[in-house]
Amino acid sequence: MIKLVNVEKTYYSKAGDIAALKKTNLEIRDGEIFGIIGLSGAGKSTLIRCINMLEVPTGGQVFVDGKEMTALHGAELRKARQNIGMIFQHFNLLATRTVAQNVAFPLEIQGLPKDQIKSRVDELLKLVQLDERRDYYPSQLSGGQKQRVGIARALASNPKVLLSDEATSALDPQTTKSILALLKDINKKLNLTIVMITHQMEVVKEICDRVAVIENGHIIEQGSMYKVFTEPQEETTKEFVRTVNDIKIPPIIDTADMKPDYFPGSCLLANLEFLSDPDAAQHPDKKSDTAEADQPVVSALVKKFGVDVNIISGKVDYLKDTPYGTLLVEIIGGEKAIQDSLAYLNEVKVKLEVLGYVK
Amino acid sequence: MSNNLMELLLTSLGETIYMVVVAILIACLIGIPLGIILTITRKDHILPNAAVHNVLGAIVNAIRSVPFIILMVAIIPFTRLVVGSSIGTTAAIVPLTITCAPFISRIIESSMLEIDPGVIEMAQSMGASPWQIIWKVMLPESLHSVTLGITLALISLIGASAMAGALGGGGLGDLAIRYGYQRFQTDVMIATVIVLIILVQGVQALGNAVSKKLNKTKIS
Repeated sequence: MIKLVNVEKTYYSKAGDIAALKKTNLEIRDGEIFGIIGLSGAGKSTLIRCINMLEVPTGGQVFVDGKEMTALHGAELRKARQNIGMIFQHFNLLATRTVAQNVAFPLEIQGLPKDQIKSRVDELLKLVQLDERRDYYPSQLSGGQKQRVGIARALASNPKVLLSDEATSALDPQTTKSILALLKDINKKLNLTIVMITHQMEVVKEICDRVAVIENGHIIEQGSMYKVFTEPQEETTKEFVRTVNDIKIPPIIDTADMKPDYFPGSCLLANLEFLSDPDAAQHPDKKSDTAEADQPVVSALVKKFGVDVNIISGKVDYLKDTPYGTLLVEIIGGEKAIQDSLAYLNEVKVKLEVLGYVK
Repeated sequence: MSNNLMELLLTSLGETIYMVVVAILIACLIGIPLGIILTITRKDHILPNAAVHNVLGAIVNAIRSVPFIILMVAIIPFTRLVVGSSIGTTAAIVPLTITCAPFISRIIESSMLEIDPGVIEMAQSMGASPWQIIWKVMLPESLHSVTLGITLALISLIGASAMAGALGGGGLGDLAIRYGYQRFQTDVMIATVIVLIILVQGVQALGNAVSKKLNKTKIS
């Protein structure tokens, strides 16, 4: 649906040239929710604006729905932009227009007749559940409601692609959830391709199918969200994952004299991750090679090796719709029993992280 | 107050209103498009064009630098060309318009620069043309601020119109100078000043009310 080939953006100025985006290649599939995550100044804003040419790339090509955006100018470009909806961090609603008039804006731009605009606006306001507020002005709405207006407006011209520029960054966590649920819903209902840039890992975790991590104008890592989340390669990616998945060792465990090797009287502190293959969930007949969350790993340890397993903390989370569990445990037993347990855990392919040995 | 004075006041008030209203209307017709061009040709705006921006900006600044009384005399040939005479109330409208239009253009420019650039970016992302952005975004979104600016221009025009007496333009300022000052008729002076105060207060109050009505960012 969207393809970026060697896209570059450099800002030239007397003070020196700034390469906001360096040779970037990206392919976004039809109907998927694609996340681009990065810290502020990483180039994600520039990247998303290159898709609808609000920023004209200084090199490379951008294709949207088979059309080369970088080859279009003037009226042709404006026409192509009408197929790409966009929502914004600060909503960018017109203050002098009511909710309904704001949603009508892109339709007026396209010169649709009044009665068609009206019926389309009614439809959209129902979709975002704002039909009761149609005659309110933006200043009379909450942040979440404003973003709903933004979404309705972006969908007005039946675009194939929706660009989301930090659409939830200015919202509280609860409103963020409801906006993300709405985006997920329209993604399914309308088979809309959504590209979202964000600095919030929670957002990516909640709705993205695939994700790219951007740093200093470079895409440093990309892949399925589940893979990037559970097996982050780059330090920045790990940092992002930690923001939503930080396993903390509770203070009752004295980690001051934690040692990397077994010593008499010590027990093993380990973090177990139970992954499930999102592909396997969709194809139940395909045998998965990762430990399923339903395998009785902990009780097997106890029975097979005679160790005691003390669960310190744990949670089951969902990455989009795929479950993902983490367990922080203490394994108590002799050196041999602990070694055997580790070997077993590696065998069943639980993702194992040995933190060390403590008293 | 004598009937004679009342009559003088009314005639002069009529002349002032005539000069100021016609001048502001024509000044808006020139100043608003000029202000829009000054805005959109800025760097980072929808139609950046440094040459147009700088040339227009320089002309606007030059006209605004000339004191009104000098401008009025300097453009007498032009005034004669336009209205056929260089003296009289109608003749005074020409310099009043010329001094006011650049002022309005700057007011429009500063009002339009108050619009959140994100809103203009939104319109561009929806495929709006520059003309649609001006017409459907910039003008309506800045209207409440423009109203206050035009009120300001109107009041400064009322002040400037007092000098129109030098061209035999009449009006309240002229009345105050000829009767109140030169003939030592203190009562005429005081009456004129009172009428001017009421006029200015009225214009400002009206401007404030209209602007408040148009401002949808603060709805009580």
